[in-house]
Amino acid sequence: MSNHLLEVRNLRIEFPTRKGILTAIDDVSFHIDEGEVLGVVGESGAGKSLTGAAIIGLLEPPGRVAGGEILLEGRRIDNLPYEEMRRIRGRQIGAIFQDPLTSLNPLYTVGRQLTETIMTHTDMTPTKARERAIEMLTQVGIPAPERRVDQYPHQFSGGMRQRVVIALALCVNPRLVVADEPTTALDVSIQAQIIALLKKLCREHGTAVMLVTHDMGVIAETADRVAVMYAGRIAEIGPVKQVVKQAKHPYTEGLMGSIPMIGHTDEKLRQIEGSMPRLTNIPTGCAFNPRCPKAFDRCFRERPDTIPVDGTEVACWLFDKETANV
Amino acid sequence: MSDQAVATHETMDHEHLKKGAPILAVKKLKRYFDVSAPWLNRVLEGQPKQILKAVDGIDFEIKAGETFSLVGESGCGKSTVAKLIVGLHGPSSGSIEFEGRDIAGLSRTEMAPIRRRLQMIFQDPYASLNPRWKVRDIIAEPIRAFGLAKNEDAVSDRVGELLTQVGLSPVDGEKYPHEFSGGQRQRISIARALASEPDFLVCDEPTSALDVSVQAQILNLMRDLQKELGLTYLFISHNLAVVCHVSDRVGVMYLGRLAEVAPSKTLFSRPRHPYTRMLLDTIPDLEMTGRERMPVGGEVPNPITPPPGCAFHPRCPFANERCKTERPEPKAIGDGAIVACHGVEERRVPDDPIMGKVAVPEGLGA
Repeated sequence: MSNHLLEVRNLRIEFPTRKGILTAIDDVSFHIDEGEVLGVVGESGAGKSLTGAAIIGLLEPPGRVAGGEILLEGRRIDNLPYEEMRRIRGRQIGAIFQDPLTSLNPLYTVGRQLTETIMTHTDMTPTKARERAIEMLTQVGIPAPERRVDQYPHQFSGGMRQRVVIALALCVNPRLVVADEPTTALDVSIQAQIIALLKKLCREHGTAVMLVTHDMGVIAETADRVAVMYAGRIAEIGPVKQVVKQAKHPYTEGLMGSIPMIGHTDEKLRQIEGSMPRLTNIPTGCAFNPRCPKAFDRCFRERPDTIPVDGTEVACWLFDKETANV
Repeated sequence: MSDQAVATHETMDHEHLKKGAPILAVKKLKRYFDVSAPWLNRVLEGQPKQILKAVDGIDFEIKAGETFSLVGESGCGKSTVAKLIVGLHGPSSGSIEFEGRDIAGLSRTEMAPIRRRLQMIFQDPYASLNPRWKVRDIIAEPIRAFGLAKNEDAVSDRVGELLTQVGLSPVDGEKYPHEFSGGQRQRISIARALASEPDFLVCDEPTSALDVSVQAQILNLMRDLQKELGLTYLFISHNLAVVCHVSDRVGVMYLGRLAEVAPSKTLFSRPRHPYTRMLLDTIPDLEMTGRERMPVGGEVPNPITPPPGCAFHPRCPFANERCKTERPEPKAIGDGAIVACHGVEERRVPDDPIMGKVAVPEGLGA
């Protein structure tokens, strides 16, 4: 019934604590189509990384998927046994993390890490796998790959390491790559290189990307669609151009206004008062209501689900038929 | 002593707060770090000494009441400059003149009255506040240390006033730092910096650890405080959009040297130095014009062994033989801009702001 590559339905992630159960992700649904780049943006603690971790099956205990389902090509993957998930991870879903130093093993050469991944997931011979590793390093723009393949991660600079991580994520042609803040640890000039590279490779390989970041600029450049998360829920999801240029949800609007931009110097930045609520005391109704300039009584009573409004979906009562004219 | 001190400081303040007079002038400032292996290793392995030239001869002036920003990538020496100015490092050579007086070689006691007027806000509000102190003690420390209040009642009144000024409430003084969010902690850092009634604030990446909506709050707060108290800022950041938003003038650093210094408007509308242009070209495009960015290739070289000549030449699409051998000196070129580039000086570098087509990033080309 669904021809989406990845579908997340009503995902709920909980953390049992001594003081009770914390719901970190609550009723999140979205999908990613083949070859599509979905940006997931939000402030720290919004739950964007957790959503990514749940998809690749690397939620850290005691966190657990407490409800909903995750489907990859129509098949449920959130309840698979560890071994089976391990085979999907890497083969069908690749992952790129923020810090390239921690995602590479410092004791193995880059080549060994690549060939090991390739041989785990395909039946290539060691010689073939090594050829493929060198080919991948060439593709991600590492100069002299025949020599670099036998070097250790510490011999690479930060930007080069992130290129290796990208090679590692893409070496067996996964259908989907979950990239969690792939450029946050890098300098701006390197960030631009890495984004261009990721975009180019995914377009060539037809790989879909879930790009998790707090940087709206990166999303605006890279993503086809974007999901804005706030306090464990999706506030707004839609085509990137619409969300960036004509934000509907008051939170997205505030978020866009608070980004300093070249050329707009004189006016004050728009600011959203206060900060995101802690998971322990999410307000009833819409979680954004204490900071929302447009909140009205319904926002304090009922929690909005996403409502379709010309092409995007917005979780805000301002767009509900019943209350639209308030 | 304290009352007298307060009085003299106040008269001094009024003399020097005339907008436009340079409050701080940095001349030929250098700071080298010895990063050699231990002596025995050097002798046994025959290694030479290794010197990291973190700051290698920079000059700039900051006028009273303005915001001067230093921008650059990691390792360019911008934070070292901040530390040199507040006296956390001593310079290897050169001078730092605060209101015409060289403060580089001053002793602790001579420095104390100046340190009161020169405060710093650090990047990480989680690391810069003592977790075992209540917020009111953190903020009161400079007030007590510099004897700025007559008695304890005056101290707590002042703490309450400072907390209100940065948008917190006086009752927050009874809490500990861990009870606050990142943005609120940065407000506490600002309150502490303001406690000694400074004229000059060095802000080293004050919003880099914060989320954008909180960053906007802090930037707006800093701007309001500047207007209200006539503060002068040295603002250090790697984020060009933030720098563009807050600055009157901007200095772009690359490998310990200034590539370009210009009024903010000039720098962002008409960048001259190829490195400045490259940095501007890396800013993601929020206007969604669909412009294809072509990032410049290569990375910042190792500062221990910087390239000869102009340090930027290996990444510069306009470099020629002269750039590889001769180091460019900063030269004024009109519009208040100072640029250290042979290409700009010889008019080899076209004025066209887009340089993308020329520079094909390493590995991304054919």
